[in-house]
Amino acid sequence: MDREADVAEARIDQGESPFRANFALGENSSATPDAGAPQQIAVTAKDVSVFYGKKQALFSVNLNIERNRVTALIGPSGCGKSTFLRCINRMNDTIEGCRVTGEIKLDGTDIYGRGIDVVQLRARVGMVFQKPNPFPKSIYENVAYGPRIHGLAANGRELDDIVEQSLRRAGLFDEVSDRLNTPGTSLSGGQQQRLCIARAIAISPEVILMDEPCSALDPIATAKVEELIDELREHFTIAIVTHNMQQAARVSQYTAFFHLGNLVEFGPTEHIFTNPTEERTQDYITGRFG
Amino acid sequence: MTDTSAAIPAPARASPWQLSDATARRVRRRKRADTRFQLYGVGAIFIALAVLIVLLSSIAGSGIGGFVQTRFALDVTFDEKLIDPSGTRDRAVLAKADYGVVLMNAVSAAFPEVTDRQAKRDLRKLFSNSARFQLRGMVLDDPSIVGTTQKIWVPASSDADGFVKDGATTKGIAEADRRLKDRQIEWIGQLSERGAVEKRFNWSFFTSADSREPEVAGIGGALLGSFYTLLITLLVCFPIGVLAAIYLEEFAPKNRLTDLIEVNINNLAAVPSIVFGLLGLAVFIQTFGLPRSAPIVGGLTMALLILPTIIVATRAALKAVPPSIREAAYGVGASPIQVVAQHVVPLAMPGILTGTIIGMARALGETAPLLMIGMVAFIADLPGGPMDAATVLPVQIFLWADSPERGFEEKTAAGTIVLLVFLILMNAIAIYLRKRFEIRW
Repeated sequence: MDREADVAEARIDQGESPFRANFALGENSSATPDAGAPQQIAVTAKDVSVFYGKKQALFSVNLNIERNRVTALIGPSGCGKSTFLRCINRMNDTIEGCRVTGEIKLDGTDIYGRGIDVVQLRARVGMVFQKPNPFPKSIYENVAYGPRIHGLAANGRELDDIVEQSLRRAGLFDEVSDRLNTPGTSLSGGQQQRLCIARAIAISPEVILMDEPCSALDPIATAKVEELIDELREHFTIAIVTHNMQQAARVSQYTAFFHLGNLVEFGPTEHIFTNPTEERTQDYITGRFG
Repeated sequence: MTDTSAAIPAPARASPWQLSDATARRVRRRKRADTRFQLYGVGAIFIALAVLIVLLSSIAGSGIGGFVQTRFALDVTFDEKLIDPSGTRDRAVLAKADYGVVLMNAVSAAFPEVTDRQAKRDLRKLFSNSARFQLRGMVLDDPSIVGTTQKIWVPASSDADGFVKDGATTKGIAEADRRLKDRQIEWIGQLSERGAVEKRFNWSFFTSADSREPEVAGIGGALLGSFYTLLITLLVCFPIGVLAAIYLEEFAPKNRLTDLIEVNINNLAAVPSIVFGLLGLAVFIQTFGLPRSAPIVGGLTMALLILPTIIVATRAALKAVPPSIREAAYGVGASPIQVVAQHVVPLAMPGILTGTIIGMARALGETAPLLMIGMVAFIADLPGGPMDAATVLPVQIFLWADSPERGFEEKTAAGTIVLLVFLILMNAIAIYLRKRFEIRW
């Protein structure tokens, strides 16, 4: 924690703080996400509750995720933030006994509605996981797998282009261009996570969900991934779960604070971190619990 | 953190390494317990190794002779008058001729001084009965040798063979109690002096089928029978077992029915194998009317027997694939079938193959169910396919072990060696596959 904080401070000293940029952004953009223009909203969650068997994990969450912004979900362990994230691409479907009620809309369409193909949904909502989990295949195959199963490339050359572009966007191409055929698992942890990001963006999703993408990485790799997240914002909508308060402050424009399955507070990041409305939010971000 | 630890009062002692008497005793006792426990372990390993060595060396000691065959050289005259009196060289005539007389004449020619009928019979007993068929085969292969005299190596009879390999066994036993009489031993000595005795590797042991005569009985028929049986077993139980396991592990809903199926599969793995034999008899032979004693029935029965083994092993292998790989594949939008077929199963393959090979090794060594379906018959022909009557390695060993002739003793041990070699080979392949295709993540 201390070292990561140092990195953050160092950045602030250099005047490159994404945190500061956020302030500017927040002032320019509309005051609350709810008031944003409809076409700016990528994902709308209305009254979402999640049950694992008989246990309720999430209570009537209402949340809008704005397009081309980074929305951070924070809160103590077990507060339901990952559960909520996994609702957005229906990863919870794979868990036995998990039930989702309410409504989640992607571009105005209910993703839990009839006739929605989960495979198509996941092609539009990509995901990066907590632990880097490249397939035990070559770097090339890792990135090419998604485009291949979704038929995004007409031929081998197009596929090569997609792979190269994805790796470039993930800031990994220069490091691995000469060894695309070595196993993805042979990379370092930070590189593996960026490979997973390249794999996620290779299918050109609209939304990328990140479930604590830096929790298994060292501070330097974390800084790289954070830079990457900021760059990816240009093309994608990002929702990121993090336990790291500084990270949420650094990379996100909006922050949602979850506690015990409830969405306690949601708003522009600088607002949440400097002037939270709720006492619980205040207590959590200042480290009084969690 | 530092504040709280300082609050615990430190026990008063001169140095942190100075132990109180009670503590020192406890530490000593703990160390002794550690040492004792290690000694028990090492002792257990030594006992196990010793037993294994005794077992292997006793099998090897008595079985090695089974791979060696004693042969005597004879000048055999293929007398045209005896074999083909009319000179037509017709195959039917050549096949029907009495080669016993040809052999007897050759034996008499080798020992012209033996004239007494009883002595001649004893002399004839030194040579294997199968020599007649050897001579016939030679004539049928090449009819031009009729009318010539050839030096031919013929197999010794089981008794003579045993004496040549291990002559010491006859010492100190009264002649009346011996299979081999003094004069027969003397004749073998004479043959030996003429350089007409040789011991060579017994290739025919691997190529010929069972026989009433130990010196020509081979394991070839049983090897082929085992091969066909295992082939049927593999073809039936690998796809069924693997698909059943994949469905149960990856797709089946978790409810009472699947729980029941799971419990039953685990129980089936522990059912005595003879029960599967009864099932095979009732289902495959009585109901479907498949041929008795045939590898197809044996293979199907064995498939039933090792199906639970393969299902359990496959499920364990699938379970060992980390969930993160499934998540990764689902995350890029793979369908459940794609996740399983393209990610989970390839990663589980080493485990699946290992389980399958272990199961096949069990099927190779299994005897009891085959007794029920008639694969325990004496079969002197090599099986031509899975529908022919055949026997398998362990059953062949059982049959030989049950035979009264002394010559079968070494055959039994030799057959056991062959079986063990195959089992070790299969296990080695399983280990190799596991090492070779093991993927780390």
